[in-house]
Amino acid sequence: MSANSNPSLCLKLFTSTFYLSAFTFGGGYVIVPLMRRRFVDDLRWIEEKEMLDLTAIAQSAPGPIAVNAAILLGWRVAGPLGALVAILGTVLPPFLILSVVSLFYAAFRSNPIVAALLKGMQSGVAAVIASVVVDMAGGILAQKRLLPTLIMAGAFLVTLLCDINVVWIILVCAVVGILAAFWRQARDKKEGTV
Amino acid sequence: MTFLQLFWSFFQIGLFSFGGGYAALPLIQAQVVEHHHWLTMAQLTDLTTISQMTPGPIAINASTFVGMQIAGPLGAVAATAGCVLPSCLIVSLLAWIYRRWQKVTAIQGALDGLRPAIVALIAGAGLDMLLTALWGEGGFVPAFPDPVALVLFLAAFIVLRRWKPDPVMVMLGAGVIGMAAYLLLGADCT
Repeated sequence: MSANSNPSLCLKLFTSTFYLSAFTFGGGYVIVPLMRRRFVDDLRWIEEKEMLDLTAIAQSAPGPIAVNAAILLGWRVAGPLGALVAILGTVLPPFLILSVVSLFYAAFRSNPIVAALLKGMQSGVAAVIASVVVDMAGGILAQKRLLPTLIMAGAFLVTLLCDINVVWIILVCAVVGILAAFWRQARDKKEGTV
Repeated sequence: MTFLQLFWSFFQIGLFSFGGGYAALPLIQAQVVEHHHWLTMAQLTDLTTISQMTPGPIAINASTFVGMQIAGPLGAVAATAGCVLPSCLIVSLLAWIYRRWQKVTAIQGALDGLRPAIVALIAGAGLDMLLTALWGEGGFVPAFPDPVALVLFLAAFIVLRRWKPDPVMVMLGAGVIGMAAYLLLGADCT
């Protein structure tokens, strides 16, 4: 399928991404499999293997995975206009919902009953995040590799004890990861020739 | 000026949040709570709760909510556009790199280093949320924490670990039980 931008294709792209975004709770890890079902199985716009590549790129790039996947998919189906249409379709549902929530937030929050409900939910969401962290940290520790374990412990101590912008932690860890990867590559090459 | 600040803050959040899910949370906290004081930690916790119950990525939810609170609909547009723009640029760049070289040591290495760091940063943001829930805005002080919050947190954590239920149900459960407890005790939560 070549990059074309006929109106009915873009409309279908918009309604599909809008629908997926409006009814998907739980972020990128949930929406990407649903996109696969819609665009690979139902519409047959792209092939299975291409969807896998697309998912890998969406997950390696920064930013929301759902938005990244939509950009790639839209571009693939209908060029730059398709990318724009897919972004709008993906962003509009949360944009509209949160705009409404934002308008009523102050009024809601000052209501004693709602405030008590939200206060209780604060403990709940803290527990949800704690549980997510336990799972993620368990995954890192299960690799039984020294460097990821050190990075995790080091980054946690730094964010806990130092008043430093998190962007620096992210940049330093990315550079350490890149250097380690090149070092491993050089080492493997050396061992291969001996 | 405010529009530009909103755009630039959420541009950075979009640019540096790797890994999806909660990865944006520590960056949102740094920009929105610590740097610009647009929200308090308790408000960010509310926003995280709301994000869990509504569709859409947390970064998009946060940009719309904060932009709207600070500068109305145009603020929401500025923040959301800022959040999405890095994705457009970097995804296009990465797609081009992948097409040319398929397997790229540098990108894989960077992600290898980033994954454990992201876990640590989410842990940090989660800890700040917990301390705010237990001791109120400002976090830890050497005093006994809010007993309702402490019991709710421990109970919710145990339920999540043992039965792996839908997190939204756990949050709603904690909310309803907490609401009953706070109202019975006559606590002022506003």
